[in-house]
Amino acid sequence: MPVTGTGRTSRIIRWIDYRLPFVATVEHELYEYPTPRNLNYWWNFGSLAGIILVIMIVSGIVLAMHYTPNTTLAFDSVERIMRDVNYGWLLRYIHMNGASMFFVIVYIHIFRGLYYGSYKYPRELLWMLGVVILLLMMATAFMGYVLPWGQMSYWGATVITNLFSAIPVFGQKIVTLLWGGFTVGNPTLNRFFSLHYLLPFVIVAVVGLHLIALHSHGSNNPLGIDSKGPQDSIPFHPYYTIKDMFGLMVFLIIFSIFVFFMPNLLGDPQNYIPANPLQTPPDIAPEWYFRPFYAILRSMTFNVLGIPSKLIGVILMFASILLLFVVPWLDTSRVRSATFRPIYKKIYWLLVLDVVALGYVGARPPVGSTVVIGQIATFYYFFHFLILIPLVGKIERPRPLPTSIGAAVLGSTAVAAGDD
Amino acid sequence: MSDVAQSQVSHGHGPGHDGETRRDFLTLTATAVGAVGAICAIWPFVDSLNPAKDTLALSTTDVDLSPIQVGQRLTVAWRGKPVFIDHRPPDEIKAAADVDISTLRDPQTDAQRAQKPEWLIVVGVCTHLGCIPLGQKQGDDRGPFGGWFCPCHGSVYDTSARIRQGPAPLNLEVPAYKFTSDTAITIG
Repeated sequence: MPVTGTGRTSRIIRWIDYRLPFVATVEHELYEYPTPRNLNYWWNFGSLAGIILVIMIVSGIVLAMHYTPNTTLAFDSVERIMRDVNYGWLLRYIHMNGASMFFVIVYIHIFRGLYYGSYKYPRELLWMLGVVILLLMMATAFMGYVLPWGQMSYWGATVITNLFSAIPVFGQKIVTLLWGGFTVGNPTLNRFFSLHYLLPFVIVAVVGLHLIALHSHGSNNPLGIDSKGPQDSIPFHPYYTIKDMFGLMVFLIIFSIFVFFMPNLLGDPQNYIPANPLQTPPDIAPEWYFRPFYAILRSMTFNVLGIPSKLIGVILMFASILLLFVVPWLDTSRVRSATFRPIYKKIYWLLVLDVVALGYVGARPPVGSTVVIGQIATFYYFFHFLILIPLVGKIERPRPLPTSIGAAVLGSTAVAAGDD
Repeated sequence: MSDVAQSQVSHGHGPGHDGETRRDFLTLTATAVGAVGAICAIWPFVDSLNPAKDTLALSTTDVDLSPIQVGQRLTVAWRGKPVFIDHRPPDEIKAAADVDISTLRDPQTDAQRAQKPEWLIVVGVCTHLGCIPLGQKQGDDRGPFGGWFCPCHGSVYDTSARIRQGPAPLNLEVPAYKFTSDTAITIG
């Protein structure tokens, strides 16, 4: 729908666009934006992540209108939301389960990028901005989980803030600074609420940068080869808007099943007990989306070179995420898509298994064989990124790439294409 | 695989203009269903801003009238707002009843405003911009009609709390109330 008409509306739009090119930009980025014609359903998860971000912000803003960030009132105000506020139960269950859905979507989005090499030239900054979003999401989710002020809120906050006590010399001073006191307390709850409200809007800003970077070179695609011309791409609208809409409908059905039929499945019942600073619950496990990292933290049960295991565990846990920043430079292969990389494809699935194993370990009490499994899985995680990825890129012989997306998809040219 | 791609290229149009009509119909119905769904999804967010159950539970107030002497005025809180209770002496009742209501800005008879003539019960919030009029305390300025006087913008109410002078458009609101006995009421 380019603005070519001569009617009053199009004259007004042209007047505005000459001064503030809003409609023209939307048209350019939606109607004309050339998108590879071969995107599969794994490419739905970017727009899904954007939509769930909006759902989280909208439900969060409404919940904040009923929530009280004070240690003596917070738990009761959440119960009031559940019992007295009109549809409060629905809003809270949307927000609680929405956090889990957000992480499912983003983890799939990240693994999509790892499989199809979406982080490679020229999309390194696009990828790194994505890692920034992941870090912001983790901080936001952690602080949000503290707000209901249940047992898990309190002890989760205590454990995670105590990570910083592993820092040599200044550790305890930093932790006191984070708490605003000598334990997690009212000042902690207040600042966490403030930051939990702020960070989502920082995420929105970084998502904006993520989109600008995306639209500079367009989407990667399952073949991992660049578009060579119009025959390789189709306009984003209506082809991918409708595909994204369909994916959204499927997602909303799954989301609704959680919200309406098993809203507490992913939560911990301990968090329905008000916070008690004098009693730690029998076992503490973080929300499922933090468990792989929690497992890495706990896998360090021994000192290395005189460095205490506590410090190494904290370093490894942060390193496991920060590592993602340098993946574009660790990967030495020029071929993006794992479809054409026989060895990488295998180790990719090993990594998926490894992260699932870490998630399992992170949920279990750290005793017996769980510890050993966690240590092996932690070792493989770093081995995968630091050794295997650089090495496989060097020794692997990729299969021949198709000449173009159009040729591979339309089959109009003889192509030695993918594995289907 | 190429068949799928080809049919996508041809947009799935039927022969002639029948395909267009069918597509228009599907677009319209799908959009309509989507719009209804969106409105249903938005409603819980909007409704959550309405008074919650615990707020509504506080929406009635019981008042024992027996300690209030003739001529005494009492203020009670109902839904967070002041309610004026006036145990009117006979001269105030007479003054209120004798007014020709065709001269009033918001015509109401005193009988319409007081279930029992000796008890006037009104919400003590000026109908102009929400201030609380004077007249409840000893020595307050009650204005020229012996009722209430709003210090914010000078609205004057009579002994039936009807607007007589000043910018307010309406009489002081009479809340829903009922006598649970001769000397007790439930407001709300």
